[in-house]
Amino acid sequence: MNSSPLLQCTDVRKAFPKPDGAELLVLEGMNLELREGQIVGLLGRSGSGKSTLLRLIAGLAEPSAGHVHYLGQPIVGPASGIAMVFQSFALFPWLTVFENVALGLEAQRMPRADIRKRSLAAIDLIGLDGFESAYPRELSGGMRQRVGFARALVVHPNILLMDEPFSALDVLTAETLRTDFLDLWSEGRMPIKGVILVTHNIEEAVLMCDRILVFGSNPGRILSEIKVSLPQPRNRLDPSFRELVERIYVEMTARPQSGASARQERFPGLGIGSQYPQVSSNLLAGLMETVAAPPFNGTADLPKIASDLQMEIDELFPVAETLQMLRFAELEGGDLKLTPEGLAFAKGALDERKRIFSRHLLTYVPLAAHIRRVLDERASHSARKSRFIDELEDFMSEEAADQTLRAVLRWARYAEAFAYDDENAMFSLENPT
Amino acid sequence: MNRFAPYVFLRDFWSRWDVLAFIVVIGLIAFLGETSRGLFSPLSTLEMAPLSLNPSHLPEYAARTTFRMLAGLFLSLVFTLTYATWAAKSERAGKLLVPILDILQSVPILGFISITVVFFMSLAPGRVLGAEFAAIFAIFTSQAWNMAFSFYQSLRTIPTELAEAAESFRLSPWMRFWQLEVPFGMPALIWNMMMSMSGGWFFVVASESISVGHTTVALPGVGSYIALAIEQRNLGAIGWAIATMLIVILLYDQLLFRPLVAWVDRFRVEQEPGVRVPDSWALTMMRRSRLILGATLAFHAAVLWTSRAVKRSDKPAIEVPAVRKRSLDLLWVSLVAAAVLLGCWHIVLVLIKNTSLHEALQVCGLATLTMLRVFILIALASVIWVPIGVWVGMRPQVTQIVQPVAQFMAAFPANLLFPIAVYGIVTWQLNPDIYLSPLMILGTQWYILFNVIAGATAIPAEMRYVTANFRVRGWLWWRKVALPAVLPFYVTGAITASGGSWNAAIVAELATWGNTQVEARGLGSYIAEATAAGDFHRIVLGIGTMSLFVVVINRLFWRPLYYYAERKYRLT
Repeated sequence: MNSSPLLQCTDVRKAFPKPDGAELLVLEGMNLELREGQIVGLLGRSGSGKSTLLRLIAGLAEPSAGHVHYLGQPIVGPASGIAMVFQSFALFPWLTVFENVALGLEAQRMPRADIRKRSLAAIDLIGLDGFESAYPRELSGGMRQRVGFARALVVHPNILLMDEPFSALDVLTAETLRTDFLDLWSEGRMPIKGVILVTHNIEEAVLMCDRILVFGSNPGRILSEIKVSLPQPRNRLDPSFRELVERIYVEMTARPQSGASARQERFPGLGIGSQYPQVSSNLLAGLMETVAAPPFNGTADLPKIASDLQMEIDELFPVAETLQMLRFAELEGGDLKLTPEGLAFAKGALDERKRIFSRHLLTYVPLAAHIRRVLDERASHSARKSRFIDELEDFMSEEAADQTLRAVLRWARYAEAFAYDDENAMFSLENPT
Repeated sequence: MNRFAPYVFLRDFWSRWDVLAFIVVIGLIAFLGETSRGLFSPLSTLEMAPLSLNPSHLPEYAARTTFRMLAGLFLSLVFTLTYATWAAKSERAGKLLVPILDILQSVPILGFISITVVFFMSLAPGRVLGAEFAAIFAIFTSQAWNMAFSFYQSLRTIPTELAEAAESFRLSPWMRFWQLEVPFGMPALIWNMMMSMSGGWFFVVASESISVGHTTVALPGVGSYIALAIEQRNLGAIGWAIATMLIVILLYDQLLFRPLVAWVDRFRVEQEPGVRVPDSWALTMMRRSRLILGATLAFHAAVLWTSRAVKRSDKPAIEVPAVRKRSLDLLWVSLVAAAVLLGCWHIVLVLIKNTSLHEALQVCGLATLTMLRVFILIALASVIWVPIGVWVGMRPQVTQIVQPVAQFMAAFPANLLFPIAVYGIVTWQLNPDIYLSPLMILGTQWYILFNVIAGATAIPAEMRYVTANFRVRGWLWWRKVALPAVLPFYVTGAITASGGSWNAAIVAELATWGNTQVEARGLGSYIAEATAAGDFHRIVLGIGTMSLFVVVINRLFWRPLYYYAERKYRLT
C-alpha cells in the first residue's frame, strides 16, 4: 500500500535524568514506520528500550527528542486510535469481564446502549462468550489476556500495541492465543489497521510479523530490519522459517563493526565500569556441560540449544555472554563455541572447576580483581561495600551498581575469591591464602 | 497473612521535614489552646440533660455512642480521600503533609480532648452540638491518620500497568480516581479502619464525659454512663455498661466490618488462587436483599454518571514554564516557612510566658517515668504473650477460637475496665505507682498476642516438618525457629502496643473512684491534672513533650528494629 503511514517515528531519542544531573540514555536514533495491514515486531532483550518505544507511541511518555506522528499528527498524550495490550493483562480485578471491556468506551462517554452492543461484540469476537459476568480472578491466564484483547479492540483502534502479550502465559496457551489472533487478523475481522508487537521471543516474531526490527542495548537502538515474506499461516518447521530464525540469532550475536563500543561488545568487561547481569554459577556450569557433551561436542547452534533447553533469548543470552566475557566460550554467527578452558571446566571436578573459575574471574572481571587487590593490601583484609558502590556509581546508576556488585559477589563466592557479610555490608578474605 | 497494626511506617522520612511538621502540629495545638482559653469562661454555666444509671437507658446511650462512632468514621473517610490524595498527587504538598501525618499519629489526642471540647463548643451555636462535634473529632483523630497513611501508600503503589491501562484508555482524572485509585486502596483502607476501631471506642468513651476546670460536659452515651457510675461508686452499673459495650462491639463487628472485609476482598489485586475468601453472613444477606442491591446499583450509576459529567480535558497537560515553576516553588517554601514561624511563635508564646525551664525539666523527668513504665509493661506482656501466641498459632483449631477473641479484646475499650481495678486499689490500699501501671497496657497487649499468633500461623508447613525431622526441640527450637519466625510480627504488635500505652497513660495514671483519687507519678497524670485544672499551658507542654518522646522513641528504637526484623527474619 502506498498511502501515508499510520505511524511514523523519526530520530526518536529518550533519556531519563539521573539524580546526579547526568542522563541515562535508553533510546537513540529510532526510526520506524507502520503502514496499513502490517504487523511490525520489536525484538530485543530486556533493557533494549523496546517497551519504552511502545510507551512513547502509546502517548504514555514523551520523547526527549525526535517526533512520533500518528496519521500525520504529532502524538501528545494517549491518542484515541491507539490501544494497548499489556504483558501482565492489567485488568481491573474489581470489574467484571464486561465492565473491564466497557471501560474504554465509558471513558469516551458513548451512549449506554452503544457501549453494550460494542462490548458484547468484542467479547464475542475474542471468544469470551459466557464469561461476561466473571471477575478476572475466576479466569485462567489465557482467558484474562483475551479480556485484555477485547478491551483494546472495543475502542476500534487503528493501531494495536502489544507489549509481550503472550510471555506471561504457558507455551500451549500462548500458541492458541497467537493462532486465534492471526486468524482474526488475516480474515480482517478485527477493526485494527496495524499492529506493533514487542517481544523477546524470536520464533514468535517470525511467526507473526511482516517486519522485524532487531534492537540492541546500551543504549537501545535498531540493529537491523528483517522483512518476513513467508505466507500466513506459517509453519515453524518450514526450512525457510528455520533459516530466518537462525539469521536473527546471527544478527543478535553479531560483533559490531568498529569503534570502542565494538571492543566492549566483543569482550564486555574491560574496565571497572562494566555492568554484569545476575547469572548464577550453576547456570554457567550447566550451559558449559551441555555444550561440551554430545550432540554439541563443544559447539552449539543457539536456536537449537534454546529450544532444547526451553530457554528464551532473554534467559539464554545473558548466560552465553557471561561465558564469553569470562573467556569460556566464543559467541559468533549464532553459535556458542567453548574455548579450551571452557572444555576443561566442563570436564573438571569441583575443585578443578573452582580453580579455573577463580583464575578467569580475577583475570577477566576487573571489578573482582580490584576488590581482591584492595582486600589483599589492607591489613584488616576487609572493606566496606559502600566503598566499591561509590566507585561504580561513577559509571552507572545506583541500582545498576548494586546489581553489578551482587553479580560479581556471586561468582567470587563460588570461586572462593573473597567473602561478604551482608549484616554489616563488609567484604573480607575469609580464609587468607 | 495480614499483620495487625493501626500504624504505618514510612521508610525514609527522617528529614528536616519531620522537624517542621512537628513544629506545625504542636504550634497548631498551642494556637487552639490559646484561642479556646479566651472563649472558655462564658460556657462555665453549662447544663445538660441529667443522665440516669438505670440500665433501661443503656440501649439509647449505646445507640448514641454508636452514632458518634459512625460519624467519626465517615469524617475520617472524607479526610482520607482528600488529604491522602493531595499528598500523593502533589509532590510539593506531599513533602510536608506526610511528615505531618506521621507526627499526628504520635500526638496523644486524648490529652487534647479538653481543648477541642471548648473549641468546638465555642464554634457551635447549640452547646450540645459543640460537645458532640468534640467527641466525634476525638474519634476522628483515632482513625483518620492511619487511614490516610494507608490510602497514601496505596496511591503510591498502584501497579504501573494498571495505571498505564487507565491512561491509555483515556480515563478522566475523576473516573480514574473512582475506578482505579479508590478500589485499589480499599482493602488496605478497610483493614486499617477495622484495626483502629479499638482506639475509636477508647476515645469515644473517654470523650463523652469530660471535665475542664469547673465545667463538666456529659453527652448521653456509654462513656458518660460509666463516668457517672464511677462518681456514684456503683459497681453494678459498671457491669451493665461493660455488658452493653460487649454487645455493641459484637454487632459492629458482625454488621459492619465483617461484611466490609468480605466485600472488599474482590478489590485485591494479587490474585493467587486457593486463598480462602472471608465470608460473612451479613454480607450474604445484604447481597440477596433487593433493597441493598438497589442501593448499590444506584451508587454505581451515580459513579458512572459523575464520570460522564466530569470531562477529561483533551488538551495535554501544559508544561509549567521553568520560571513560573521556580516562583511557585518559592511561594510554597515561603508558605511553609510562615506556618513554621507561626507554630514557633505560638509554642514560645504559650510556653515561655507561662511555664519555666524548671517545669519543662520536671515534665521530662515525668515523661521518663512513663517511658520506663511503658517499656517494662511491654517486656512483661511479651514474656507472657509470646509463648502463648506461638503455642496457639501452631495449633490451627485453637487459633480459630483464640484469634477472634483476641481481636475482640483489642477492640474493647479498656478504660471501661479501669473502675474495677481502681476499686481494688482503693479497697486494698495498694501502691498506685505500681498497680495503676498495668492499666496502660490492658487494652493494647492484645496486639502483641494476635500478631504473634499470626506470625506462628505463617510458619510454612515444610519448615515445621524440617524441625520435626531433625528433632529440633526445646530451647533450641524457640531460639532458632519460633522466635525468629515470629519476630517481624511481634515487632509490629509491640510498636502498636507501645503507642497505645502512651495514649492510655493519660487516663490510666490518674484514676478516680467516687471522690477518692489515685495517682501514679508520670506524664500521663500530669496531663490529666492539667486538664482537670483547665490549665492550657501545661496541657500543651505535656502533650508536646509526650509527642516528642513518642516520635523520638519510634525513630530511634522501633523503626530500626522493625526494618531489621523485616529484612532478616521475614519468611517469604
